[in-house]
Amino acid sequence: MRNWIITFVLLLGILPVVQAETVQEKGLAIITESDNRDKGWQDSSADMVMTLRNRKGKESIREIRVKNLEVDGDGDKGLTVFDQPRDVKGTAFLTYSHALEPDEQWIFLPALKRIKRISSSNKSGPFMGSEFAYEDISSFEIPKYSYLYLREEMLDGHDTFVLEIRPQYKHSGYTKSHLWIDKKEYRIQKIDFYDRKDALLKTQQFSDYKKYLDQYWRAHTMTMNNHQNGKSTTLKWSNYTFQNGLTDKDFEKNDLKRQR
Amino acid sequence: MSELKPKLQIYVLLVSAILVGIHIPATAGELSGYSAVEYRYFLHESPYPEPSQHDPSAVLAPEYYHAWDEDNQSLIIAPFFRWDSQDSERTHFDVRELSWLKVSDDWELKLGVSKVYWGVTESQHLVDIINQTDQVENIDGEEKLGQSMINLSFFKDWGTLDLFVLPYFRERTFPSTDGRLRSNPPIDADKADYESGAGQHHIDAAIRWSQTFGNWDIGLSHFYGTSREPLFSPDRMSQKGLIPFYELINQTGMDVQMTTESWLWKLEVIRRESDFETFTASTGGFEYTFYGVLETNIDIGVIAEYLFDDRNVNLTSPFENDLMMGTRLTWNDEQSTELLLGVVQDLDSSDASWNLEASRRIGNRWKLSLEGRFFKVGKPETPLYFVRDDDYIQLELARYF
Repeated sequence: MRNWIITFVLLLGILPVVQAETVQEKGLAIITESDNRDKGWQDSSADMVMTLRNRKGKESIREIRVKNLEVDGDGDKGLTVFDQPRDVKGTAFLTYSHALEPDEQWIFLPALKRIKRISSSNKSGPFMGSEFAYEDISSFEIPKYSYLYLREEMLDGHDTFVLEIRPQYKHSGYTKSHLWIDKKEYRIQKIDFYDRKDALLKTQQFSDYKKYLDQYWRAHTMTMNNHQNGKSTTLKWSNYTFQNGLTDKDFEKNDLKRQR
Repeated sequence: MSELKPKLQIYVLLVSAILVGIHIPATAGELSGYSAVEYRYFLHESPYPEPSQHDPSAVLAPEYYHAWDEDNQSLIIAPFFRWDSQDSERTHFDVRELSWLKVSDDWELKLGVSKVYWGVTESQHLVDIINQTDQVENIDGEEKLGQSMINLSFFKDWGTLDLFVLPYFRERTFPSTDGRLRSNPPIDADKADYESGAGQHHIDAAIRWSQTFGNWDIGLSHFYGTSREPLFSPDRMSQKGLIPFYELINQTGMDVQMTTESWLWKLEVIRRESDFETFTASTGGFEYTFYGVLETNIDIGVIAEYLFDDRNVNLTSPFENDLMMGTRLTWNDEQSTELLLGVVQDLDSSDASWNLEASRRIGNRWKLSLEGRFFKVGKPETPLYFVRDDDYIQLELARYF
């Protein structure tokens, strides 16, 4: 089915008909441009503080270190290590993400020194009790979604494209999301997530964008507000470094044991 | 009562030291770890005169870590101390880790005392053989004593190869006659006997290859040396106790896990050969998880494993033809609330043992854990018969630093 659509889209492209591009084509073109602008960073390393806030404003903190490896033609590899809360200190996740195939995932449990392969079907579950689901923080790959261009809109002083995306992978908690992408730098500024009943569930806002290696923009603050339960989670990123010379060797399950 | 007093004082001191927390400035390295107070309540009176139904205890388990050479070399020191109010053998000190690690591109060398885990199943850990079980800590076989080792690992395209030289043998810990969860007659660990003339100084060796093929994670291992699991012989001198006997064994092991969607399929098989007994044992089954049940964040896992052991000596393993069934509930909440409930049912009798493990974080540094083990044992020819009256519930409050 998918190949058929691609063939169809390709055919449309070569037809000598002067025709406005469809909303699907325009959506895909925008996301492809955004994706292309973020190619070539090779590897990255960063620290993250996650603040969970419940309805009463009570906060709890998680501190995480993240390393990523860009994989050409497939999903990225990621290694995540916990520093806080202290009872899970040293717990580490290794993920080989894929576009439509299930991700491969391992966890290291420091108390038992046990490396455990885990199921990656849990896309919609909360990451460490936060308002971020596993699918919200996983590596972005174009084939994961279908795209629809909706409109142009001003958002907080940014001239943006608004896209509708629908997950094509299994076990998503969403029917669709709306993305606001600024026209100037093709950075995501905001996402609205709609639950399985198509009701607005969460809004993620991206801010404090900084540019690295003169090309790669990274948001240093991401806030997820859950409209249905009143809780929110803020991610603060720091100490971003790129092209550290990391290789596949740094993303093997044996590496999980010695993350600190 | 007056006899209890000094004990109580130590207890209060320990508890306050633990609760106040330890603030040693870690300038060169990093200090972490936990301390905890634990209260075990045994549901029934002991069949033996000494032990009581109430058993408070405390743990201190700090860990010092220091890395240098761009993190390619590191040192880890992890002592462990348990103080138990009634069992002098459960009051024990151990060096869980004291090792130096050198990491290179595709190899790694570890020297010192460390801990290694092999295997995939939940109900028992057959393949896992490097470290001795710290049985007085917990009868679930998951608490281990530190093992001295030279461990050289190679990471190649064809898999990971681990080579071990294990120079000093650690004896299994057993409760004293003052403690619960003990055998009758009691085990006199001080009189432990060895097949090897070198005794505890026999140098053991192990090798393991492991690799991932898509959905499959596979490990093959071989161990030669002193068995971690002792045989027992009656003490002919005193006529009162059992003496652990550690034979020399060759053990080949295999562990396989296949992961697809929400299914984890698991298998562990071992073949152990010695001059005294040769047998095959295996554990196999699955874990299936329902994620986000009924539109909540709760995950419910269902675990089933079959346990097999063809040993004829009944008193060595309780799992010769058993079925383990369990469920794992994960709330995915801020406090990481979890509950694991399981039963191991003997398929040849009505004997069964129930296990409950639950935990919940409080704030960022505290964790409350509940554990319960319950035994329903009728036939005398199983090691579980000794603990038939030792059903217990345990509450632990830990502070992480």
